[in-house]
Amino acid sequence: MAAGPEVTSDALRKEGAATPMLRVSGLAHRYGDDPGVAAAIEDVSFEIGAGELVCIVGPSGCGKSTLLRAIAGLHEPTSGDVVLHGDRVKGVPDDLAVVFQDYSRSLFPWLSVEKNVAFPLRSRVGRAERRARVAEALADVGLEGQGAKYPWQLSGGMQQRVSIARALAYRPALMLMDEPFASVDAQTRADLEDLVRRVRSEHGMTVLLVTHDIDESVYLSDRVLVLSKSPARVVRTLPVDLPAERDQITTRGSAQFVELRTEVARLLKH
Amino acid sequence: MTATVDAVRERATPARGRRRTTSWLAGFAQRWAVFVAAVAVWQVAAASAASAFFPPPSRIAQQVWDGWLVGESGRPLLTDVAIDNLLPSLGRMFGSWLIAVVVGVTLGIALGRSAKALDYVGPLLAFFRAIPPPVLAPVFLLVFNLGTPMQVATIVFGVIWPLILNSVDGARSVDPTQYATARAFRLPRRQWVFGVVVPAALPKVFAGLRVSLSLALILMVISELLGAVDGLGYQLNIAKSSFDFPAMWAVVVLLGVLGYLFNSVLLVVERRVLRWQPGRK
Repeated sequence: MAAGPEVTSDALRKEGAATPMLRVSGLAHRYGDDPGVAAAIEDVSFEIGAGELVCIVGPSGCGKSTLLRAIAGLHEPTSGDVVLHGDRVKGVPDDLAVVFQDYSRSLFPWLSVEKNVAFPLRSRVGRAERRARVAEALADVGLEGQGAKYPWQLSGGMQQRVSIARALAYRPALMLMDEPFASVDAQTRADLEDLVRRVRSEHGMTVLLVTHDIDESVYLSDRVLVLSKSPARVVRTLPVDLPAERDQITTRGSAQFVELRTEVARLLKH
Repeated sequence: MTATVDAVRERATPARGRRRTTSWLAGFAQRWAVFVAAVAVWQVAAASAASAFFPPPSRIAQQVWDGWLVGESGRPLLTDVAIDNLLPSLGRMFGSWLIAVVVGVTLGIALGRSAKALDYVGPLLAFFRAIPPPVLAPVFLLVFNLGTPMQVATIVFGVIWPLILNSVDGARSVDPTQYATARAFRLPRRQWVFGVVVPAALPKVFAGLRVSLSLALILMVISELLGAVDGLGYQLNIAKSSFDFPAMWAVVVLLGVLGYLFNSVLLVVERRVLRWQPGRK
């Protein structure tokens, strides 16, 4: 069930099938040492090329977040390897940023929007550079002029924009997003989806996004990894050959989109 | 998309300026009406009873004025008695409180971030906290003899427990998502401690500061009542042994005023430092 032969995305073939940016092989994780405890993920393998936007979709509670956290180095997997830029990941790698679902608890409430975005940069870049990056990142997510406010003074969608801006300002090679739009309303969600596609193409970033929403996974990505029910395995890797320019209404209405989402839905049923 | 609280407030300012002043006055009157009435009743009752034990408030106020604030020297603000007694008292109180704050908060935050250490030290903390602070004053009196070290020891040992326990609570209130965020961005240890743990702990730490400050005032007086050569408690003792009831009451009132003042100042500081908290204005 490894993704190897199925990795056929254009981006991959073009940019780095030889040395993918991220290679996950045989990853498994179970909580606790007891072998009787059900594993959260079991033998997950896939590769991601530089510049790709890949969505991992799976049923609720299948271990998607566990998988993402293992890739981020936030916890050590029980077995298997995560290789980033050819280096085996031990602990959190340097050029990786994570956007969590729970923006209200991931942002620091005692810091203004600006300072939240600048916070991870404090020990890394000088003041002038920091200020420039913060301004740029806030502009990228459409939050110019909101920098002096506290996160709680903003709506949920805007708070999630702040945490996306924080990740952007960090200039990671790989951006991991854990159900980033699960806690915002439908309209905001659509806006944020387009935002992610836009900043990703502007910055040439590699994005790995976890979601339980089938339509979202198809709309957003170059490639969808479908996971099974817990313990999670990769059921199938599905290239999404929709046009690069996507639109919430026409893309979602296109026959190709419907076909893909039906395929993903069918795979998820297994 | 969001008209924020600030924007709304700014727009509403001109019309609300005057209303705010009147509502402030009304609030002030409301808060102090009962106090003033109580003092008035006290005045009438004490004046008509004419008991030597309970001088009327006007007599007490006179005593505070003459004995502590202006006195015969005519020098404004502080009499010699005040300089010789009030300042040492306050010095000991704040000095001890500051020592307790530095040690207690540091220790509390460190313990709060280490579940294992807390498992070991927890019962010890619970035991020490349960000891009524004043009972240690006689012990320290024997150990250190009369004087400042005994008082400092009494105050520090009495007020440090609420500081430690609140700081432990505060440090444990760092959200797991905040912890994951800090790790994902590879924050250096310093930034994690001073940029995340300490600010997250501050609301609880301030609760500890308030409790410990009022406790410090109490322990300052108790330790001075027990044995001192100067200070408010010492003056109270002298007044007692010379049956000078107005002077005794003057010290009592002075202590009440000081306690109120310190708490108010701390509240102002807290409001400034924690102004980031939602719902705090």
